[in-house]
Amino acid sequence: MNFDLSEEQRLLKDSAWRYGADHGDLTAWRARVARGEAYDAASWRRMADLGWLALTVPEDDGGLGAGPFETMVVAEAFGRYLMLEPFVSACVIAPVLLGAATDAVRARLLSGLVEGGVVVSLADAEPAGRFDLNRITTRAEVVDGGYRLTGEKSHALDGGVADWFIVPARTAGADDDEAGVSLFLAPAKAEGLTVVRGRAMDNRHNASLKLDSVVVPGENLIGDLGEGFGLLRKAVDHGLVARLAEAVGAMDAVHEMTLEYLKTRKQFGQTLGSFQALQHRAVDMAIACEEARSMMYLATIALSGDAARRRKVIAAAKARVGQTSLYVGRQAVQLHGGVGFTEELAVAHYLKRLIMIDMAFGNADHHRAELAKSLKPGAVAA
Amino acid sequence: MNLDLTPEQLAFREDVRAFFAENTPESFKSRVRAGMRLEPEEFTRWQRLLHARGWGAPSWPKEYGGAGWDPTQLYIFETEASRADAPVQFHQGLELIGPIIFTFGSEAQKARYLPAIVSGDDWWCQGYSEPNAGSDLASLSTRAVRDGDDYVISGQKAWTSYAHVANRMFLLARTDPDARKQAGISLFLIDLDTPGVTIRPVITMDEIHHTNEVFLDDVRVPGSALLGEEGKGWSYGKVLLDRERGVTAATTTRLAQQLRGARQAAAETIVGGARLADDPRVADRLAQFELEVMALEAMVMRTMAEAASGQDSGPRASMIKIRWSELLQQITEYWVELQGYGAMAFAALDPAETPEAWPAKGMVYSRVTSIYGGSNEIQRNIIARRALGL
Repeated sequence: MNFDLSEEQRLLKDSAWRYGADHGDLTAWRARVARGEAYDAASWRRMADLGWLALTVPEDDGGLGAGPFETMVVAEAFGRYLMLEPFVSACVIAPVLLGAATDAVRARLLSGLVEGGVVVSLADAEPAGRFDLNRITTRAEVVDGGYRLTGEKSHALDGGVADWFIVPARTAGADDDEAGVSLFLAPAKAEGLTVVRGRAMDNRHNASLKLDSVVVPGENLIGDLGEGFGLLRKAVDHGLVARLAEAVGAMDAVHEMTLEYLKTRKQFGQTLGSFQALQHRAVDMAIACEEARSMMYLATIALSGDAARRRKVIAAAKARVGQTSLYVGRQAVQLHGGVGFTEELAVAHYLKRLIMIDMAFGNADHHRAELAKSLKPGAVAA
Repeated sequence: MNLDLTPEQLAFREDVRAFFAENTPESFKSRVRAGMRLEPEEFTRWQRLLHARGWGAPSWPKEYGGAGWDPTQLYIFETEASRADAPVQFHQGLELIGPIIFTFGSEAQKARYLPAIVSGDDWWCQGYSEPNAGSDLASLSTRAVRDGDDYVISGQKAWTSYAHVANRMFLLARTDPDARKQAGISLFLIDLDTPGVTIRPVITMDEIHHTNEVFLDDVRVPGSALLGEEGKGWSYGKVLLDRERGVTAATTTRLAQQLRGARQAAAETIVGGARLADDPRVADRLAQFELEVMALEAMVMRTMAEAASGQDSGPRASMIKIRWSELLQQITEYWVELQGYGAMAFAALDPAETPEAWPAKGMVYSRVTSIYGGSNEIQRNIIARRALGL
């Protein structure tokens, strides 16, 4: 049993944290947000130079071929320093999916992705599916030389800045069947594709999509026709676990800020931290951070395990990190009082980030229900 | 013990219900339901509508332009407002300073200030908190120095909500630096266009400009700006403690609005052909909120009944504030959960802003309700000290 990072992983973590600290100025961050920028384009290019964007891309495709632990330490820095660059979409989720794309598509997209010139976003949800990944009513029909896609997607993480979308669509089966799901690449500028961009409360630019007879060539099919669900689930699991690391990074940061505030802010002639009621609150936050970190490790390890075990652990981890992170975020605002409620301190931004991470790929309630399904008598043992 | 309304009260309820049905602007309703604050000009529009009907100050005595209602009537009024998705009146003039003026102010102050509060012509903001005097308000350091017939006020105020739209401010300042904490504090009524007043906006996490910092730089005001006596400013606030029961009743009755919004979201969201409202887990959560709101409403009704018969409600106003803010936060959080990805578009980039964003705005705004007006931690201290003898 070993939860230690390797020497290389530790170096990567140090470098990511240093980078975050150097580029994490809140005033500059708020100015970019105010200018309507989704993220810092110059920083994204530097991240490409650092090799972060190539981390999970296989070596044969020009990447570094690293695994979930490398992703974890970088994603944690993203959360800790509120970085908004589309790392999880483009560099965690997309490489898993594109691994099954044709050689021609891989050659075209992965080099751009590694250099930071191309952002790929997964349209993971539908209005009538809520958080159910398998409930897909978007249709793909075979047409001459390719496929025609029609339907609606309620959410695509970082979709507001995407050049390409990966669109799960049904080519066979009932609305919620796992079989009969196929994955297609569609350019953001495709005819018939309407991208409705929205800025979420964490300032990420997401999108919802309307596909009205969007025709894509045959080579844009990822993997085998009707067999895409397992890969979709796997890619989402990788993205989801990276976002858990983001949450843990944000939780630790905001807890540290709160401790600092409790130790320095004086009211009634003493520091806030001398009041026992507030000490206990800070302790509960510390416990929550520890629980979340433990769950993050468990989930990251599970990414390499068998599918049933992976699903069970990840559902539990997403639920618990959601619960503990919202507790920590809300208490951080509460203990800071009025200043914690303003846009001028980072605290409020951390809470809004944590709220959005909880919702991403299904919230705590959803994943607890998923776990409950796997615990039912007769369910596949994991 | 009974909850029956008299025939007069039933008739009053019909009257009030009809008024809200006819007069509540449609454009307010979905934001009010989401727990969002309206825009200042909308608050003023609402105040004028009520004033035209003679209901501009429901809780004030008639002689000062109030409706002169008893607590039961007030409760009916607020419940009906809630039912109609009507907003709460802006409270800083009406509830925070108006009653202090008519209880302790001079005849000249009453004549000058009270009518304009009721009509909506004046907007008052509160200059109490300071950067280093939040929960510990009595440690405030803004100074008012007597200079001939005038006072010269210097200091900095924090969390001055709506100073950017207000024309008047009531503020606490220290007139005797040597007196013990509370004893040296006086209350002033000032015009915000007085030279030396600088207002800096503070944007809060709902991305809305509600509040400000106010810098007071040698602000010279006439001696008539002092309310009551020098050094007694702190004690005047006590008159509000009794009235607080009415304010908490007004706000708590609005929880029904947020609960209605959440229930509607559950009814209208179809997942895999079934309404979310039919999911037993969702139904269970909504029932839990329902019963907690019911318990809170019963606490409010008891408090209003006690107010009607002149009994002390002890610390129940503090208890209601704690439970109301907690429930407001939890219900709006759950509403946003029910919306799912529909709540993601906090600020639209392509289309115009849609009402789908409002529950999330209301939810984010609700975080401040456990901080303002005496944080929930301070409320718990009050209950422990004053009621439980701890």
